Amino acid sequence: MNNAQPQKNSPAERVQQSLKKRYRAEARFRAFGAFSVILGLAALLVLFVKIISSGIGAFQQTYIKLDLAYDESVLGISDPRDEDQLAVANFEGAIRAALLTRFPSVTARSDKRALYSMVSIAAAFELQDELRHAPDLLNKRRQYWLLADDDLDTYFKSLKAGDPYLGRVSPQQVEWITSLIEAGEVRKQFNRRFFTSGDSAEAEMAGILGALIGSLLTLAVTLVLSFPIGVGAAIYLEEYAPANKFTDFIEVNINNLAAVPSVIFGLLGLAIFLNMFGMPRSVPLVGGLVLTLMTLPTIIISSRAAIKSVPQSIRDAALGMGASKMQLILHHVLPLAMPGMLTGAIIGMAQALGETAPLLMIGMVAFIVDIPGSIDDPATVLPVQIFLWADSPERAFVERTSAAIMVLLGFLIAMNALAIWLRQHLEKRW
Amino acid sequence: MNLSPDDRAELKYKTVGEKFSETPKLKIRGLNVSYAEKQAIFDVNLDIGSNEVIAMIGPSGCGKSTFLRCINRMNDTVDSCRVEGSIQLDDMEICDDKVDVVPLRARVGMVFQKPNPFPKSIYDNVAYGPRIHGLASRRSELDGLVETSLRRAGLWDEVKDRLLQPGTSLSGGQQQRLCIARTIAVSPEVILMDEPCSSLDPIATAKIEELIAELSENFTIAIVTHSMQQAARVSRRTAYFHLGQLIEVNDTQHVFTNPDHQLTEAYITGRFG
Repeated sequence: MNNAQPQKNSPAERVQQSLKKRYRAEARFRAFGAFSVILGLAALLVLFVKIISSGIGAFQQTYIKLDLAYDESVLGISDPRDEDQLAVANFEGAIRAALLTRFPSVTARSDKRALYSMVSIAAAFELQDELRHAPDLLNKRRQYWLLADDDLDTYFKSLKAGDPYLGRVSPQQVEWITSLIEAGEVRKQFNRRFFTSGDSAEAEMAGILGALIGSLLTLAVTLVLSFPIGVGAAIYLEEYAPANKFTDFIEVNINNLAAVPSVIFGLLGLAIFLNMFGMPRSVPLVGGLVLTLMTLPTIIISSRAAIKSVPQSIRDAALGMGASKMQLILHHVLPLAMPGMLTGAIIGMAQALGETAPLLMIGMVAFIVDIPGSIDDPATVLPVQIFLWADSPERAFVERTSAAIMVLLGFLIAMNALAIWLRQHLEKRW
Repeated sequence: MNLSPDDRAELKYKTVGEKFSETPKLKIRGLNVSYAEKQAIFDVNLDIGSNEVIAMIGPSGCGKSTFLRCINRMNDTVDSCRVEGSIQLDDMEICDDKVDVVPLRARVGMVFQKPNPFPKSIYDNVAYGPRIHGLASRRSELDGLVETSLRRAGLWDEVKDRLLQPGTSLSGGQQQRLCIARTIAVSPEVILMDEPCSSLDPIATAKIEELIAELSENFTIAIVTHSMQQAARVSRRTAYFHLGQLIEVNDTQHVFTNPDHQLTEAYITGRFG
């Protein structure tokens, strides 16, 4: 039977028939997976485009050019080297004089006030700084680019986009701005202040550095506490703990803790660290302690998984050579489990970095202008700063919110890159 | 296979052959081992002589590996394992919870079924034992110890130019010889080998077997093997295990040519196994 055709209803024929159906099902299965991936990527893309397009503006700030003089008579000082005199010097007066010189037609009191409000109060501090560093400038006249108020900034940026947003800008001010623009006396500069200063009630002065340092300090406390404690707990549970009901109970509870909403850890921190131990509010130390409680289960679970994955043959080899339990752990188990432990720790840290709710509970939501210098200085963190700015009514804070999100995402990406680098670096050695 | 007490009574055999030795290194008396509910070894009495090579053979699950792992207390790592009876190394009692396993395992080394070098360099693999036991005080002393051990394991010429490469980069047979070098680096008195050639090709196997013959001049070796030819080639005495019981122990030649027990005969002629 060398030329036998598959007969109808023979097994071979039936296999042929079922094949088509199977391949169709397979194609559907694959298409569904691909669709899911595309959907996820599209969502991510939309998110990034939205955030970047609305936040990119915050990296530039509007400045106005004015002809300004450090007149002794206007400033009311005689020696700019004298810090006491510098502190009381009337730089605002100098700016106002310059504005009035630029727009001599303004005379009414309310008009003057509208005119003065076009320049940010930060400009006076900038001038003070400059005079401190260059006292020779006293009584000299120069042209300065002065930081504009955030309303003007928003108007100028939206003007360029073709859809002017007036907000609190009055028609009179529009007139002045238009005349400044026509004279080429308005321009945008890189917003260095955003990366070098803390929060402010004035949008044009508000920066991310305070929150960034706060986040770094909080994370440092979290890492220093949660990694050693988490790894220690994982080693004990995996290597030393006797297999009994109590150990099972602990294990179940650790798994449950990993699923507890983070706001509850905040309440716990409020009750224990603030009320019972009387620690100060709003400080990275307490924030780090609370986030340690939250991160510990993640680190313990991933460290245990990493320890479990160390092959039994290596344990046998070490024990068979007469290594003690501690030598086995330090020489073999930990080095082999370290990449997995680090991955878990960094995932935990990334979680902690994005956490807002527990920190609200311990007062890290306060309005803090100063940049924290240590773990017991009042501070806020990046996600809380985003929350605070998102809550502010000024238009200029909207773009700062997106810009802060970009900084947070950049931070996260850097941490994940570090995790990948560390893992590869460690795995190469072993 | 879970034996009820009745089954056990039915299966009770008396060990035949020469259980005892005139120059015993290890004296095993009344050894019973069980895992949770299942008993794995029944009342084994056996001497292992000084500098002899003894082979443990028997069908899978007969308890020969369990028996071997009792001698350096590797069964401690299995929680459910219970050991009763007595094993004496010279005059030291091994089966006593008070005995520190660290110095014991320095005296009784072990080579495992699957080559398991540490994921470290070849040098560090061999130097590991001397380092943790503090056998070499100077670097030059350690270097010498590593070289001697690798030479005795017949691996020196193959690896002397790449001592700093990872041990895992070697071939399977080389890895197993590295594990032997690692074991002999601490100069144990007894070496236990648990099917050391089962994952190796015939050429690598032949090398290991040669090595065993050479090592027997200085060490007492107990080897578990599935290959009867291997037992016949390397060992002086052979012990046959069946369902956790030591059925027969005799000179190897005797076991393979004229076994005393019918179960031994059935096994070596291939009627079961």
